[in-house]
Amino acid sequence: METTPFIWPFTIGLLFITCFLVIIIGIWISSLSHIDKSRIIHGILTPKSWLALREIVLESLLHRKIFRKNVVLGYMHMSLALGWFLLIVVGHIEAWIHYRTFFVPAYKAIFMRYFITGPSTTLSGKILAASMDLLLLFVLSGVALACCKRLNSQLFGLKKTTRLKIGDRIALYALWLIFPLRFLAESVSAGIHHNGSLISQPTGQLLASILPVKSLEMPLWWAYSGTLGLFFFALPVSRYMHIPVEAVLIFLRNYGIKVQKRIGGYSRIQVYSCSRCGICLDSCQMAHVDIKDTQSVYVLKHIRNKNLTDEKLFNCLLCGRCQPDCPVGLELNNLRLTQRIESTKEYNSSYDYLKNGNVAISPQTEVIYFAGCMTHLTPAIIKSMKEIFTVASVKYWFMDEDKTACCGRPLMQVGQYEAAKKLIEHNRERILASGVKKLVVSCPICYKVINEDYALPGITVMHHSGYLLGLLADKRLPVNKLSLQVVYHDPCELGRGSGIYHQPRLLLDEYATLIPMKNEKEASYCCGGGLANIKIQMNERNQIRDKALDEYLAYQPDMLATACPLCKKIFAKSNKLPIHDIAEIVYMAIRQNISMTQDQTINKKKIEIEIWK
Amino acid sequence: MKHIVIIGGGIAGIETASALTDTGHWVTVIEKEAQVGGKLNNWSCLFPTFTPAEKIIDELQDKCRNKDFSILNKTEVRTIHRQNGKFSIETSNDHKLEADAIVVATGYELFDARRKEEYGYKIYDHVITSADLEELFKTGNDITVAEGKHPKRIAFVHCVGSRDEKSGNHYCSKVCCITSVKQAIELKKRLPEAEIYCFYMDLRMYGKHFEELYREAQEKYDIQFIRGRLSEASEKINKSLLIKSEDTLSGRPLKMNVDLLILLAGMEAGKGTAAASETCGIGCEESGFLKTTDSFLKSNFSEQEGIFLAGSCTAPMSVNDTILHARSAAMEVNGWLRSH
Repeated sequence: METTPFIWPFTIGLLFITCFLVIIIGIWISSLSHIDKSRIIHGILTPKSWLALREIVLESLLHRKIFRKNVVLGYMHMSLALGWFLLIVVGHIEAWIHYRTFFVPAYKAIFMRYFITGPSTTLSGKILAASMDLLLLFVLSGVALACCKRLNSQLFGLKKTTRLKIGDRIALYALWLIFPLRFLAESVSAGIHHNGSLISQPTGQLLASILPVKSLEMPLWWAYSGTLGLFFFALPVSRYMHIPVEAVLIFLRNYGIKVQKRIGGYSRIQVYSCSRCGICLDSCQMAHVDIKDTQSVYVLKHIRNKNLTDEKLFNCLLCGRCQPDCPVGLELNNLRLTQRIESTKEYNSSYDYLKNGNVAISPQTEVIYFAGCMTHLTPAIIKSMKEIFTVASVKYWFMDEDKTACCGRPLMQVGQYEAAKKLIEHNRERILASGVKKLVVSCPICYKVINEDYALPGITVMHHSGYLLGLLADKRLPVNKLSLQVVYHDPCELGRGSGIYHQPRLLLDEYATLIPMKNEKEASYCCGGGLANIKIQMNERNQIRDKALDEYLAYQPDMLATACPLCKKIFAKSNKLPIHDIAEIVYMAIRQNISMTQDQTINKKKIEIEIWK
Repeated sequence: MKHIVIIGGGIAGIETASALTDTGHWVTVIEKEAQVGGKLNNWSCLFPTFTPAEKIIDELQDKCRNKDFSILNKTEVRTIHRQNGKFSIETSNDHKLEADAIVVATGYELFDARRKEEYGYKIYDHVITSADLEELFKTGNDITVAEGKHPKRIAFVHCVGSRDEKSGNHYCSKVCCITSVKQAIELKKRLPEAEIYCFYMDLRMYGKHFEELYREAQEKYDIQFIRGRLSEASEKINKSLLIKSEDTLSGRPLKMNVDLLILLAGMEAGKGTAAASETCGIGCEESGFLKTTDSFLKSNFSEQEGIFLAGSCTAPMSVNDTILHARSAAMEVNGWLRSH
């Protein structure tokens, strides 16, 4: 077969990157747990693989999620990914047809316009050549947009874009150069051999009329091959690793693999799948207090580069607001948590003094009530729950009325996983010993850990919002709608953390009038009080809270409702709007007694302000 | 004759008005309530001498009667404009006043103890504030808890809404420590059988006779002082309260059952002072209290020339300190008017 030296930069690069990917992905997959490996083996020949392929087409090529968020940005990503992918595929089909064999070396397909100097004569050949030209144009439009975005990200509706490191820079510039160089090289060849199509042919003729194309041809093909090789060599140290790794991630995710509490092959695959698009920067509330270097994209980058500091790792509320926006669907909170567990040493956590003792419960007990430490700081919630239990004649065991160990979640959030496990075990034994089959929790922080990490077979764990809704459905609670306009603040641990958005809303709709909002459910704000952040200052927390409150106040509600004692405490501090837990509102409605903690007239009676000159 | 408008008819406002009238100026006091004296009207006795608050109120009312200054009751300031070196003031009753100088004496407000929800104020039956207790003293009613019984064990909680980042107030309200000592002694006098505990962070006995009274509370009245901040309170079925704290001197967690819990609510700048800051265009500190231009030599001067400050709108203050601050305000206003 004919050959020429300029193919070597590309061919060596391709060989290198293929070997590299096979080895590294092999290492990651081999380090998966036995259960995860068996998930792959059992999933590979099932429809899960088709679903994964479908997801790869929709997300990795079409970039549907980015499209939904921002059309221009979506087009940019799609033109680069889908365009390049089709260039490779169509290019190979062209080569297969021309050489009448499937065994065509990659360079023959990639540099076809150099090797095949005759114009295509068949109709199918003409169509293929034309589509190759159009595809290249498609990709070039994406490159142009990418250049614009680098210069001014705000044009794309993004407030920020990520900062680049040297490996990324080389890969980025190589990527930008690949397609213009290909276009020039093909056009110049077309100018000489008349083997171009729709766009390359006229461009080639134009170039031939003004430039010495014969002497330019070789350098341009060398440059094109060189940038391709450069891109392949820079790939392992650049963010473009996400292109191959993301495909692996999508397969593994579809087989049911999740991030565990320890760093492993799958968490590495997640880290390398981050494209650093920076979309997570926009939803992060830490930016409201000018903290701009601790967001998920940077943490993942630092994990990759092994230079993550505790300052960045722990300066995050774990509110999860970035997670629904991630186009790759990474488990951003869990990845950070895994890292926290890794970087935290166990601290004073023997808990030897915890004694289980006997749990003696009356056999008629219907539910266990676990208020949680935070709820003990907001006794109005406990009082409301007790009254509601009485009204609905529910026999309950107040598990943490006097003394109980913490649920373990705050320790977990700061990475003290081993310590948390001891508390979890202690509480778990008491719950199981009670023999009661339903557990009602007032605090979403407790709810999340009990629901996910307690392993309570046969026991239904409910947050009180869902439980009260159940009581209402069973007609054990009276309905009594209050004439209140209410805005509902989704607590992070209940909403994004546990996926409970509808039960509190259904309950509130029965007892008050709910005002729909812009930033709610998955996009809801964090109150700023998240226990997971051990670096943030109190005044920064307050600013984050006030930013959220400003939006709520704009809807002019009579009251802010939430379903978390911590959110309640945080908002109550600001003194700008009455705030109540959903259980209190139910109790108020039942008692026909609206108690406002704050003076409602405060906002309505505004004294005229005069600015002095 | 120069005209001075004083916003607020509490101790500071009336004392300033009286002193300025003495120096020969024409003074008008704007007071939002029907009577003068402000929060002092709700108080029974004053530390450290157990002087009845009425005595001070009577003195203030005497001054109002006998001296030639006018008071606009049930009136609030709506707007203030400055024109040709004079202030034109419009009130909520559509009065229009012209003034050469203004004294802001809008005072403080009690911290709303409901904001410290973990202590259960207005949630549990037998949690009250220091102000509620004064009112009980004033009415002279018997102090009872569940089933009409006398409380056997009583706890005071210091620093409720003061020195507390979580409630947003970093400053010390200054008067609560000695108020607690005073009220504990008064309670012990009425209920000699009761055990009384005070949970404090530090005891700030800054004034004359304060430290002596604190010693007397311990030695003569057997009042127990525990250094530790309450973490939470919960109500039992019999309506008594289980409180949790830490004795930070012995370094041990502590639980105690009490029949009555008294919260020493701190002082906040309040809505009146916030409104004055807006209408007068003068700045607030981070705490919400009004800014003075110099804490040593100009503690009555606001950021606006011609607008002066008196009393607890500038910082938490005792009755004594307020009277002194008001008199110094009168001197500063007088001096400023003569030089203008």
